[in-house]
Amino acid sequence: MSLIEEIDYGTPRSKSETMVTLTIDGNEVTVPEGTSIMRAAMDAGHQIPKLCATDMVDAFGSCRLCVVEIEGRAGTPASCTTPVMNGLVVHTQSERLKKLRKGVMELYISDHPLDCLTCGANGDCELQDMAGAVGLRDVRYGYEGENHVFAKSHGEINAAWMPKDESNPYFTYDPSKCIVCSRCVRACEEVQGTFALTISGRGFDSRVSPGMSESFLGSECVSCGACVQACPTATLTEKSVIEIGQPEHSVVTTCAYCGVGCTFKAEMRGEEVVRMVPYKDGKANRGHSCVKGRFAWGYTNHKERILNPMIRERIEDPWREVSWDEAFSFAAARMRGIQKKYGRDAIGGITSSRCTNEETYLVQKLIRAGFGNNNVDTCARVCHSPTGYGLSVTFGTSAGTQDFDSVENTDVAMIIGANPASAHPVFASRLKKRLRQGAKLIVVDPRRTEMVESPHVKALHLPLLPGTNVAVVTALAHVIVTEGLVNEAFVRERCDWSEFEEWAAFVAQPKHSPEATAILTGVDPQTLREAARVYATGGNGAIYYGLGVTEHSQGSTTVIAIANLAMATGNIGRPGVGVNPLRGQNNVQGSCDMGSFPHELPGYRHIAGDAVREQFEAMWDVKLNPEPGLRIPNMFDAAIEGTFMGLYVQGEDILQSDPNTKHVVAALSAMECVIVHDLFLNETANYAHVFLPGSSFLEKDGTFTNAERRIQRVRKVMSPKNGMADWEVTIALAKAMGFEMNYRHPSEIMDEIAALTPTFAGVSYAKLEELGSVQWPCNEKAPEGTPVMHIDGFVRGKGKFIVTEYVATDERTGPRFPLLLTTGRILSQYNVGAQTRRTENVVWHAEDRLEIHPHDAELRGVRDGDWVRLQSRAGETTLRAEITDRVSPGVVYTTFHHPDTQANVITTDYSDWATNCPEYKVTAVQISPSNGPSDWQKSYDEQARHSRRIAPAEAAE
Amino acid sequence: MSSPADRLVYMANQIGTFFRSQGHDKAVPGIADHIKKFWDPRMKRAIFAHLDAGGTGLEPNVLEALTSLRQTTSLPAAH
Ligand code: SF4
Ligand code: SF4
Ligand code: SF4
Ligand code: FES
Repeated sequence: MSLIEEIDYGTPRSKSETMVTLTIDGNEVTVPEGTSIMRAAMDAGHQIPKLCATDMVDAFGSCRLCVVEIEGRAGTPASCTTPVMNGLVVHTQSERLKKLRKGVMELYISDHPLDCLTCGANGDCELQDMAGAVGLRDVRYGYEGENHVFAKSHGEINAAWMPKDESNPYFTYDPSKCIVCSRCVRACEEVQGTFALTISGRGFDSRVSPGMSESFLGSECVSCGACVQACPTATLTEKSVIEIGQPEHSVVTTCAYCGVGCTFKAEMRGEEVVRMVPYKDGKANRGHSCVKGRFAWGYTNHKERILNPMIRERIEDPWREVSWDEAFSFAAARMRGIQKKYGRDAIGGITSSRCTNEETYLVQKLIRAGFGNNNVDTCARVCHSPTGYGLSVTFGTSAGTQDFDSVENTDVAMIIGANPASAHPVFASRLKKRLRQGAKLIVVDPRRTEMVESPHVKALHLPLLPGTNVAVVTALAHVIVTEGLVNEAFVRERCDWSEFEEWAAFVAQPKHSPEATAILTGVDPQTLREAARVYATGGNGAIYYGLGVTEHSQGSTTVIAIANLAMATGNIGRPGVGVNPLRGQNNVQGSCDMGSFPHELPGYRHIAGDAVREQFEAMWDVKLNPEPGLRIPNMFDAAIEGTFMGLYVQGEDILQSDPNTKHVVAALSAMECVIVHDLFLNETANYAHVFLPGSSFLEKDGTFTNAERRIQRVRKVMSPKNGMADWEVTIALAKAMGFEMNYRHPSEIMDEIAALTPTFAGVSYAKLEELGSVQWPCNEKAPEGTPVMHIDGFVRGKGKFIVTEYVATDERTGPRFPLLLTTGRILSQYNVGAQTRRTENVVWHAEDRLEIHPHDAELRGVRDGDWVRLQSRAGETTLRAEITDRVSPGVVYTTFHHPDTQANVITTDYSDWATNCPEYKVTAVQISPSNGPSDWQKSYDEQARHSRRIAPAEAAE
Repeated sequence: MSSPADRLVYMANQIGTFFRSQGHDKAVPGIADHIKKFWDPRMKRAIFAHLDAGGTGLEPNVLEALTSLRQTTSLPAAH
């Protein structure tokens, strides 16, 4: 293993298909039109010295180090800004060029500190490299003149000198080392799309400045790290590199946070991570990242991580550290005991969307084959289960239709109930790039999200009332049908025509018009009509949606309505279009694919189907139960009823993430054996009897599948701190329960998955090694995977239109609960925050806040920052208010990253009709001023503290 | 909190509501199929028991769907 050095071509790749041939240093080179001479030279293996150019951003041409000579042209043009032309003859080295370059370097170095030996970038500094490359041997100008290097010159304060900015927790900005190449500024604009940096001043006075001369932390900066990657000097440097030193080897792996699935190089020194750097060959992220994957991995060695197995008789007892063997036999005895006493169906398990495909597959195998029932579910239940249902009934498969590259061909993007800038940041950056090129944006969301507010983007915003998605999407369909905007040729060819006619007649009814539904939805009919026209006629239309669609009592209905819309306008089956669920956690897609749902074996095949079930029975050598098992909410109901008494939870915190916390507490307390398998003593563990320590994504091999169905490798870069990778723990637990599973490596688990699942038939670790990643279906028909689905026809045959009637949720506002609460997330924190709260990311989000419109706040006498009591029919909690008009009057909003807030004490147990996905996004609430934490918060906190006690180890005998 | 039977009735009716706009002839088999595919045996047993006790609260389409589903379902014993 060595450090993976990626080639910097200096300027971005040209997408042109016209080829141009020229001669560089005597070699003929053929490259796409629009390529720079610099890039063409690099293609031929000749590296032209450069400082201000890098291939992640467009060339700017300011340093003049990259000059070349072109025969027949006067002067010395900059190769980074000069495009290739047929027949050019270019020389990259000559006496004149050498002299020019030395002169440039001399000027740079004369205003740069010469502390190379002790500098954080030593060994990874382009300025240093270039000084070497141009043969700089002496610098004629001293530091006596004007400079940015010293705090004092000639005993006076040097006004040009600026101190370091250490405000960002992960990187420093040391202005004394800046060469003002503007790579960081361009990276922030072009790659990230945040525009946080500018070059202020001119000439000698020009400086990089976050916002209006703010600190990095105080500016718009979202800490994505793009500027740090772009910086050729030590000016912007990761603090971890300054502290540890340069890495010596690197391993390519996948981010374990969100469903974008960014590829990273884990840059290491021994078994210590020095930094995580986004990988240019990563097909989901193309070299970009967000603050979570790039910087927030410190939780993996946080002091609160539990490394030893623990057990206890009762949840009132303190934990007792035991050996792995003792923990497994204790757990196995309890689970088998429960089955004896209450029946085979009285236990079950929950797979994790954070763990690998292989681990998820093993947990569901343990449950179906080892427990002998189908009581397996996953946290996707509480987020994207309606996607599975809705897309499979309409299109025939439960997954997004596109890859992320597709967005580069999108002309109109419609985002419904999602806030990619916060939850899927790298996708958002890629989308924003396309929007700055002129694509149009429609946002359907109760809140004015960051997407609506992003710089240089103009969005059509439909601020609907929470809970009225079906009415709005059906009204969009109404406009498309009644204004004759249907793509009839597409529908006739690809969909069932009579079902379409039925649907068209349904949506065309006047009661579905934007004007008629405005009273329910609160959306201006004119804006809605415009949005429908733009989507139907603006070219390639792509829909991206998130939990704001699924987490409703009509979640599945909205997914169906979205699918209808895409079919009616022909926006399916080619790059740039499609219907794309933005998945929350890193492996939500994978955990669904791997058979985590109680009614489905891997590959979305119903357990009642004899042929498929028999295949699994033959491979696993057991008889399987053909009846579907319990879903998570049903498990809780059954626990309270006394028929479901044992649960194995891998890598999820159901107590914090599931709705109606009190109900969940009651269910967990009723169980006789709860096994939590996790990195930390999470909230669920407060009610557990067995704690099995988990391993982080850095400590194991496996695969994750992102929101584009892309299967990517997770690679082990250090030994498991707890001694066992999660897949090994599941195997050992199964063994203790009398069910043997034999695998020596996760690749063998993947081979079994491929053998049993037609859409995975072509997947193997060897293939992933070769191609980097593949998107399923990957089989004989598509050996390299499938970037875009439904190209020549729908997976189910004909696309199916289904009527979608709007039904108001039973969760209604009224005099006692007049406001609608909706929930969401923010960039720096992730899900229940178990990981991100244990990193420096807390500087951006130390607590959950309640967003409330100034009008509603004034009515209740609430000022910005006040503690307020938030009450619903299910419970109450307190948190602090933030007054903002991002939310409409009548709507309040909060995040749910912190356990002290307990936002889910408030949410009810209403759920989606088809899948029981909880209705997080609509809760009727009341708000009143308060002085601090509620009684529930205090008693919860007390219980949690009590429950987390670990007994001191007994002296060894 | 509502009783277990109430919750199942509520869930069954919610399914019924989705299918309502497809008309009786599609709705009844649609509801039956959905419950067959997604409910675990103890839930099915409980709703069938509720059906035997008169099926209070179930919407007509749902009642009909459950009646036909019971005729074609054989569930394993509870233990
Ligand atoms: S970290 Fe990202 S957002 Fe912040 S200044 Fe750098 S590029 Fe811009
Ligand atoms: S901070 Fe780095 S990238 Fe930005 S202008 Fe200075 S040297 Fe260039
Ligand atoms: S959290 Fe998501 S967007 Fe951020 S680096 Fe990880 S995969 Fe990429
Ligand atoms: S690299 Fe071309 S001008 Fe700086």
